[in-house]
Amino acid sequence: MTVKSLEQQFQERIDAGERIEAKDWMPEKYRKTHIRQISQHAHSEIVGMLPEGNWITRAPSLRRKVGLLAKVQDEAGHGLYLYSAAETLGISRDELFDQLHTGKAKYSSIFNYPTLSWADIGAIGWLVDGAAIINQVMLTRTSYGPYARAMVRICKEESFHQRQGYEIMLGLSQGSPEQKEMAQDALNRFWWPSLMMFGPRDEESPNTEQSVKWKIKRKTNDELRQEFVDITVPQAEILGLTIPDPDLKWNEERGHYDFGEIDWDEFWQVVKGNGPCNKERLGARVKAWDDGAWVREAAIAYSDRRSRSQGDEASRNQDVSAAI
Amino acid sequence: MNKEWPLYEVFIRSKNGLEHRHVGSLHAADDQMALENARDVYTRRQEGVSIWVVESSQITASNPENQGELFEPAADKVYRHPTFYNLPDEVDHM
Repeated sequence: MTVKSLEQQFQERIDAGERIEAKDWMPEKYRKTHIRQISQHAHSEIVGMLPEGNWITRAPSLRRKVGLLAKVQDEAGHGLYLYSAAETLGISRDELFDQLHTGKAKYSSIFNYPTLSWADIGAIGWLVDGAAIINQVMLTRTSYGPYARAMVRICKEESFHQRQGYEIMLGLSQGSPEQKEMAQDALNRFWWPSLMMFGPRDEESPNTEQSVKWKIKRKTNDELRQEFVDITVPQAEILGLTIPDPDLKWNEERGHYDFGEIDWDEFWQVVKGNGPCNKERLGARVKAWDDGAWVREAAIAYSDRRSRSQGDEASRNQDVSAAI
Repeated sequence: MNKEWPLYEVFIRSKNGLEHRHVGSLHAADDQMALENARDVYTRRQEGVSIWVVESSQITASNPENQGELFEPAADKVYRHPTFYNLPDEVDHM
């Protein structure tokens, strides 16, 4: 009989398509990678509320306003599902927030770009949520159970986000020349950052191989990026907008669109914190957390006082029954 | 002294990847006994790979009488649904 190492048994479970649950044995690196990935994902949902929140008060109609409000509210909910999934791996909510607030943890770089016009809200829903959906659909089959289940919930809700954005783009592209110009400008600015959302090229993504082996990811960054381009180009054509890439063309042989080279210097600059809005976003997030401190403290103080007075009452009742 | 064993709610995960689901309840003298009883009562035919038990008194439940007003806020928010947004038929993958 051969004695198999725990790692080997773990890999066999993964290979057999089994899901891993919180109390199962797992290699430390699997746990760490998941904490990092799930928390980055959660942080992205939370920070992602900021560029969109910027436009709630200036939405052009009530219909647009309630749609955007509902979307931003969903993002908060998605953050909460994901933080809970991360906590199953033995990290506390406070630690997770601390990592975000001190800049130790990353969030999706796309949210470090500014939302300059109303059309950007359309572009974000269409492109940024569109890119996120491609990634998240894959993650509904990820090997870690709590993460996969959070993804199923999120994907169900995400379709509305993208349609909300696309409807905005549609309205603008069919509107006045100025409105169409606004939509084109938003596409111009959000196209490349959306492609960057899938991360570095496969050959420069050191985590990909292990992540695929552990079925954390089931497709590589480049595969997902290609999928996004193939799906999105026809959608841009329906809008009558031009994707800002002169090298973009259908490749009959590959059955995919070819597309131009991403500006990787820009990608790494934004990842390293030098994007247009990195400081502003983190500053807004930290301020919201600090400004909300008194609410959290008041709720705990109230809860403590109530349990104390209930305790007093219980002991009084005991005294009474002892006296009887 | 005749003290009734407390009631426990039982949740079973039928296989990895799926959530624990409420299957029913039982009485036990303590947590450990509740777990063992749950195994014997609810998983005699390999219905599960994991069991959660929790004392029923520990569960805070909404009151069915307040169901109307509790869930009312979601009732008039059609814009939370994808179908609220009008897209041309030729748009795929949304």
